[in-house]
Amino acid sequence: MNILWYLAVTVVCAPLLGAITVGLLNKKLSRSLAHWITCSLMLVCFGASSSILVGFLIGKFNTVDIDLYVWGNTSNLSIAVGFLLDRLSALMIAIVSFVSLVVHVYSIGYMHDDPGYQRFFCYISLFTFGMLMLVMANNFAQLFFGWEAVGLMSYLLIGFWYKKEAANFASLKAFLINRIGDMGFVLGIAAVLYYFNSLHFKTVFAQISTLVATNPMLAITNTVQWPAISFICICLFIGAMAKSAQIPLHVWLPDSMEGPTPISALIHAATMVTAGIFMVARMSPLYEYSETALTLMLIIGSLTCLFMAILAIVQTDIKRIIAYSTLSQLGYMVVALGASAYAAGIFHLVTHACFKALLFLGAGAAILAVHHDQNIFKMGNLHKYMPITAVTMLIGNLALLGFPGTSGFYSKDLIIASVRNSSLTFSTIAYYIILFTVLITTFYAARLMLVAFRTQERMAEDVREHLHEPRKVIWVPLIILAIPSLFLGMIMITSILNQFFGDAIFVLPAHDTVAMFKTQDFHGWFSMWLHGFVSLPFVCILMGMCLAWLCYEKYPALPGIIQNDAKLMTRILLAKFGFDDFNEKIIMPATRKLGNYCWQIGDVLCIDGIMVNGTANSVGRVAGVLKHAQTGYLYHYIFIIVAGLLALLVWTMFL
Amino acid sequence: MQNYIIFSTLLFAIGIAGLFINRKNIIILLMCLEIILLAVNTNFIIFAKAWGDIAGQAIVFFVMTVAAAESAIGLALVVLIFRDKHSISVDQLNQLNG
Repeated sequence: MNILWYLAVTVVCAPLLGAITVGLLNKKLSRSLAHWITCSLMLVCFGASSSILVGFLIGKFNTVDIDLYVWGNTSNLSIAVGFLLDRLSALMIAIVSFVSLVVHVYSIGYMHDDPGYQRFFCYISLFTFGMLMLVMANNFAQLFFGWEAVGLMSYLLIGFWYKKEAANFASLKAFLINRIGDMGFVLGIAAVLYYFNSLHFKTVFAQISTLVATNPMLAITNTVQWPAISFICICLFIGAMAKSAQIPLHVWLPDSMEGPTPISALIHAATMVTAGIFMVARMSPLYEYSETALTLMLIIGSLTCLFMAILAIVQTDIKRIIAYSTLSQLGYMVVALGASAYAAGIFHLVTHACFKALLFLGAGAAILAVHHDQNIFKMGNLHKYMPITAVTMLIGNLALLGFPGTSGFYSKDLIIASVRNSSLTFSTIAYYIILFTVLITTFYAARLMLVAFRTQERMAEDVREHLHEPRKVIWVPLIILAIPSLFLGMIMITSILNQFFGDAIFVLPAHDTVAMFKTQDFHGWFSMWLHGFVSLPFVCILMGMCLAWLCYEKYPALPGIIQNDAKLMTRILLAKFGFDDFNEKIIMPATRKLGNYCWQIGDVLCIDGIMVNGTANSVGRVAGVLKHAQTGYLYHYIFIIVAGLLALLVWTMFL
Repeated sequence: MQNYIIFSTLLFAIGIAGLFINRKNIIILLMCLEIILLAVNTNFIIFAKAWGDIAGQAIVFFVMTVAAAESAIGLALVVLIFRDKHSISVDQLNQLNG
């Protein structure tokens, strides 16, 4: 039991303690006490997790894998609660607790007048606990626990304003779609248990080479057989698809914007949705041996990346624009995983956590300023009234589109270069798709900035009079997040390329696209920065910026003309490619019909009708016949007795 | 010996027939029960005499005492039934029917 162990326990227990205290005492606590308790405990958590990360960076700590407590035991399976601390989980807990701390502080300002103030702080602390359990897990069972815990908290927080019908709908949608993913995830875990006879990461990873050597086949149908490793990887990836919102299970994320803005920043941008990315990176020793799963990830990731970015163009709700950009950025991360550039994926996850939290919190500040109106066409020229918000939003957007020098540039460029180096079948197409997406990303990011923060003032007169910079507790977190959004990339890029994750991430030498980038193209962060100005992505950025400038600054009538001329395209985009319609018109009625059928046949007819009421009814019916034997006349009874006696006599004497 | 057995069987048959046929009077019912018991007692005595075993005769005394107690209880019940229904007709005692 060394100091690392104590730090790890502190990291997990601090937010849990805060959540329990505030959650149980709820309204008995004053508002200020509620946020003081949770924020200070989050600070403790952040302190512990950042010291773990620093300890790993300076080489004081080494990878540990300890079981704290055996939760359950059967003959061939032991489920433990334990921590696996290596450089991957150390980085993850640091970024999770950092964003969570900032969001806690920001919420003090944003949720100021909300009646559910204490409940809110309880939920976000509990969410942080779940996420930390997930990233520190050393076995599949605990990973699944964290996975479900964050899913539950996401449900509760999307539906935080439970009196809003749209919020209830969105929270249920998120929950149900995550159930679909969970089905895949549970199947994957079951397959792991079947083939490896253990749920421990260490044991499982140690046996992979044996499994690959024997390469058992799993019969999907009588004729179709899959390699077991691909089956496991694809099942686990289906779980990741729901959690990390990849096509076609992405539909819940845009709707989740019904929750309070700090939640969108914390859960639906920075941390929870990245759980799938983290999980795949953690499982890299499995995924490396399944090119099928890697190719699938390339396809799904690049499709999500492109199509979700296109949708962001037509959205007018500021939070939904950012939500679609989150989907698109998650697509980048999945593409990186598909190209075996796990390190690049996690790197983009970290930078994205910073700049996307910044964007959401900045959007929240703008929404507060214009009295909870989220339409960007009712904002306009906000930079005059709230310069700090405008500048930090600009930084966030530059990082989002990968402007050379910002943190997003380093991570996104690394992903693009890795995909170019990949030798999988689909990688060339994926490379061009994600390159083209840079253009679209730039276009919608610039549109957001131009429409909301520059050009004409379109808000109502009474709103304009009250426009001002938000409270200090809101803009300070923006600045705290803007700093890593700008500088994190140049600080981290060199160490990421120099085997930052050590043995936590396993890559086959033939797949090692990140190392290829390092040996071929990398000459230090500064030359990468300079090279960024002459690369293809930068051309895309410039084109996107010019387009946005033309459409929204120079000729503001242009978007309207395009919309009128290309009616079909506009309709498709506004219908979000019909995913929602497909779900609501086909899947939902079909499911409902199936459910109705099961209810009528299985429940009402079989269980209620035949089993429960049937038993009672048949007893009654039999009794109804038999009761006629009970005449109540004594002589009938005596006759039966004597006749019986005689029958008995005859039987014993003559038979 | 044979005649004695025929006698007791007849007694028993009379008692049973009384139980079946009588539908008017509970007291007759009780008397029929006594006749059945008498038939049983006669049987005891006959076989005790035939096999030279005194135990059969001794049991008769037990049966007689128990029969006395039983008819006392039975008559008490009849009195209560009469108070309740103002009738001792067996036909009216059919409240146990289903």
